[in-house]
Amino acid sequence: MGIFDYFRSPKTRSASQAKERLQIIVARERAHRSGPDYLPALHREILAVIRKYVHVDDEAVQMNLEREGDCEVLELNITLPEKD
Amino acid sequence: MARIVVITSGKGGVGKTTTSAAIATGLALQGRKTAVVDFDVGLRNLDLIMGCERRVVYDFVNVINGDANLRQALIKDKRTDNLFILPASQTRDKEALTTEGVERVLGELAKEFEFVICDSPAGIERGALMASYFADEAIVVTNPEVSSVRDSDRMLGILASKTKKAEEGGGAIPATLLLTRYSPARVDKGEMLSIEDVQDILSIDLLGVIPESQAVLNASNSGVPVVLDEDSDAGQAYLDAVARFLGEERPYRFTTLEKKGFFGRLFGG
Repeated sequence: MGIFDYFRSPKTRSASQAKERLQIIVARERAHRSGPDYLPALHREILAVIRKYVHVDDEAVQMNLEREGDCEVLELNITLPEKD
Repeated sequence: MARIVVITSGKGGVGKTTTSAAIATGLALQGRKTAVVDFDVGLRNLDLIMGCERRVVYDFVNVINGDANLRQALIKDKRTDNLFILPASQTRDKEALTTEGVERVLGELAKEFEFVICDSPAGIERGALMASYFADEAIVVTNPEVSSVRDSDRMLGILASKTKKAEEGGGAIPATLLLTRYSPARVDKGEMLSIEDVQDILSIDLLGVIPESQAVLNASNSGVPVVLDEDSDAGQAYLDAVARFLGEERPYRFTTLEKKGFFGRLFGG
């Protein structure tokens, strides 16, 4: 790398952005693949139940399945909208 | 017993057919009796890359349907001994590749050949699933680029769950990574994912790194597998990959930027 490269905009170092983005999406897709088939449906139904009472967007319900030895833990995180 | 190897990627245009032609030819050059099978039903292309497009009489689907036998459909390569090509059909009927039919044809090939190389179509539809279903191992062709890496990971998931071995509880078939269109100069500038970056994400063993090279287009233009262009960087890199595939240890070439002189380093490139 020449000395002039240090004056270039950091945007040209796009490989590190690529790696970061890939690590996130690949981890997410792998978790999705390894989970049981009913997870997406469960997610949709929980979202529908919450929407009977408050208006939330799709991102409001986060589900995370983790394995600890023989035990599977389903973590459910629901973010309610802020009161205005 | 033959080794059935699928060349796959998920994403299109990353070099599956170029790789299938190069690896099959490379194995045949080593004296291994090899058949290379085009699974891209509807979009036959392996015949063009192998330079035998005018000699196609019968195809894979003809053999499955019993319109021809395997001996009639296999094309003997004119340049390389021990090498045979089974071309894809141009039928639009994607259901033509029946599981039983593919199993029977691959079984017949496995009796006669040491290696059966399955050139998978892009995507994750029937043709791609059939190409990997009976495979003993996989070579995943990936470009150092976000969509290709993501699709390769998706394909690794399919190899772990949707092959015959996986369905019978045998787990994932072994898969190795072949990184193609690699440009050390762009990696050095931070503009391209490095070998280590791609391996970190996919976490599979590396089989080879093929540099971005004019030799690949020249090879496909003339219908000669790139390994026969022995002086080319890409040809040599593929021959290294074939040697590793056969268990030999080879250092990686064409993966680092050639050292520049003092001024070159000072002013960049």
